[in-house]
Amino acid sequence: MSLLSVRDLTVKFAMRDHTVTALDNISFDLAKGERLGIVGESGAGKSITGFSLMNLLSRPGFIDAGKILFRGEDIVKMPQSRMRGIRGNRMAMIFQDPMVTLNPVLTIGQQMVETLMAHRTLSKAEAEQIAIVKLREVYIPSPEERLAQYPHELSGGMRQRIIIAIALLLDPELIIADEPTTALDVTIQADIMELLLELCQSNKVGLILITHDLGVVSQMTERTLVMYAGKIIEAGRTREIINDPQHPYTQGLINALPQQTKPGMRLKQIPGNMPSLTAIPPGCPFSPRCEYVRDHCRTTRPETVQYAHVEVACHEVSRLHQENTEEQPA
Amino acid sequence: MLAYLVKRVFQAIAVMLVISLVGFAIQDNLGDPLRELVGQSVSEEVRQQLRDELGLNDSFFRQYSRFLGNALQGDLGTSYFFKEPALDVILKKLPATLELVLGATLIIVGFSVPLGVYTAIKPNALLSRLIMGVSIVGISIPVFLTAILMIFVFSVELNLLPSYGRGDVVTVFGNWDTNFATLDGWAHILLPSLALASIMLPLFVRLIRAEMMEVLQSEYVKYAKAKGIRPYRIYFVHALKNTLLPVITVGGVQIGTMVAYTILTETVFQWPGMGFMFLEAVNRVDTPLIVAYLIVVGFIFVLTNTVVDLIYGLVNPTVNLARMGA
Ligand SMILES: Nc1ncnc2c1ncn2[C@@H]1O[C@H](COP(=O)(O)OP(=O)(O)OP(=O)(O)O)[C@@H](O)[C@H]1O
Ligand code: SF4
Ligand SMILES: [Mg+2]
Repeated sequence: MSLLSVRDLTVKFAMRDHTVTALDNISFDLAKGERLGIVGESGAGKSITGFSLMNLLSRPGFIDAGKILFRGEDIVKMPQSRMRGIRGNRMAMIFQDPMVTLNPVLTIGQQMVETLMAHRTLSKAEAEQIAIVKLREVYIPSPEERLAQYPHELSGGMRQRIIIAIALLLDPELIIADEPTTALDVTIQADIMELLLELCQSNKVGLILITHDLGVVSQMTERTLVMYAGKIIEAGRTREIINDPQHPYTQGLINALPQQTKPGMRLKQIPGNMPSLTAIPPGCPFSPRCEYVRDHCRTTRPETVQYAHVEVACHEVSRLHQENTEEQPA
Repeated sequence: MLAYLVKRVFQAIAVMLVISLVGFAIQDNLGDPLRELVGQSVSEEVRQQLRDELGLNDSFFRQYSRFLGNALQGDLGTSYFFKEPALDVILKKLPATLELVLGATLIIVGFSVPLGVYTAIKPNALLSRLIMGVSIVGISIPVFLTAILMIFVFSVELNLLPSYGRGDVVTVFGNWDTNFATLDGWAHILLPSLALASIMLPLFVRLIRAEMMEVLQSEYVKYAKAKGIRPYRIYFVHALKNTLLPVITVGGVQIGTMVAYTILTETVFQWPGMGFMFLEAVNRVDTPLIVAYLIVVGFIFVLTNTVVDLIYGLVNPTVNLARMGA
């Protein structure tokens, strides 16, 4: 049985007199200890997916339909108190910007101890001991002294390490990390990612890594979901998706990577922008930007099909595949 | 810390100097001290001579330094009406006013925090809408109207509470008269405190509610939820502390302002405090008393602001007092 199983999840936002669909029927699985990347341009619905898994959507967002089975239990139907017992305990989250994630008026120690005490019966002294051990695991120097410090006394990188330590406090089965390094200095981004990978592997923790960086995804994860306008348009093993992407959107993302560009060549950006939630075109949502578009793309929604090791939602996938192989010199 | 303290004290002194200048200007321009001293039947020569003797013909700067020097020694002139040092007259009235302000402050703090927090947590509840509705009405009704309405309801119609005076006061700490020692004292201070609080209370409820709602949207509150922290801890530890920090600063200023607002409340309730006295002093053109009142109220205002700023620095870990002094 998989650790997490999302089935036909639909999330909507309630507007003044109508609703807009932010997540449209998404389904995916995560095995125990597996690392999954979610990629896509800004506004694709990656963060909404992350918060839905925690059942922490804030108004006006709400789960309209579908199931989120965590260890076989449906989070969508779970009572609040039971869900609270899972958050931070079996399923932890790492936010994007460590400068605003920690509470400015509480010490590091208070914020670590309260997390442990929310889920376990133990004394403050015992909780502090666990906190110190976890701080050491994320390579925080002199962890005993950190407990008495306030967030503003620490650097961004240090704070994100502490947030990783907090995520690991109760030995969760799943960590959801939403762009955990985007707000950090470029020089330490790789260190933090490496640390996260190391800890997930050594503790056998499942990871859902939300990012728009395919390079990061290829280093960190075993499987990848590509999202576009609230839909999963391609899913499969990360290696296959990077090496042999099937969906024109994924191909565009990969062609836009700096590594794909030979010196002197211009970066190939996908023309146009992702549609806003209120203006998602009928049929294939990518059709206005797709260079392979056919008439039926604009009217009929492509089904998700299995093709060449991946699941992909595109009408033209087989034609594309042929053209691409023909293009290649024999 | 020390550097910040010193800096803050210097600021306070600067503000006091400005207030003293205003006070001096009023004394210099309002009423003629000679008329009070000698009446109208004295010849112009004698007047001039008296002026010279009193130093009224000296340069502005000399007169002001003399005024300041005297003030520093606690001499704010002699009340024409009471024939007593103005400061003494005021200090006798001070406890009544400060107790009124204290009563109002207790009411404001006691009600605004729970009401503000509740309306922020449950913005759509019927009770929240009711509280917010009443607070809008509360803000727009002037104090004297509230006061008169309360007297009408609680004193005249229901005959529950006294409508004027301080009632039984007990003298404590040498010469401080307190209302808080007897039941009669409590009964007398209730309505005036409520009336005084009625202006600020709705303001504070709305302020706390707005701050709290903003804090509840913050990343660190979302993060606390994601950690599985219990709701009461999120509201009262994570959110409330961050909510009250900015409120403390505004609150301190408002409590200082309330000392001045007592003029109306004291007049309506015949409360024997400084505000009531000030209005009488204005009617009698008792210039030294008017000036002394301004300076004492100014001093209280500056003092509360300074103390509040220091408290804010102490309770807010992100304010580094050592650095702010630099
Ligand atoms: N409160 C809200 N009300 C209405 N629409 C919202 C709200 N929050 C998010 N959205 C919309 O939902 C869509 C998905 O948002 P989401 O934050 O999941 O994007 P994302 O993929 O995480 O993008 P990014 O890379 O910028 O973080 C966006 O189009 C966004 O405009
Ligand atoms: S369905 Fe059509 S428009 Fe959409 S990606 Fe495939 S080819 Fe392009
Ligand atoms: Mg996001």
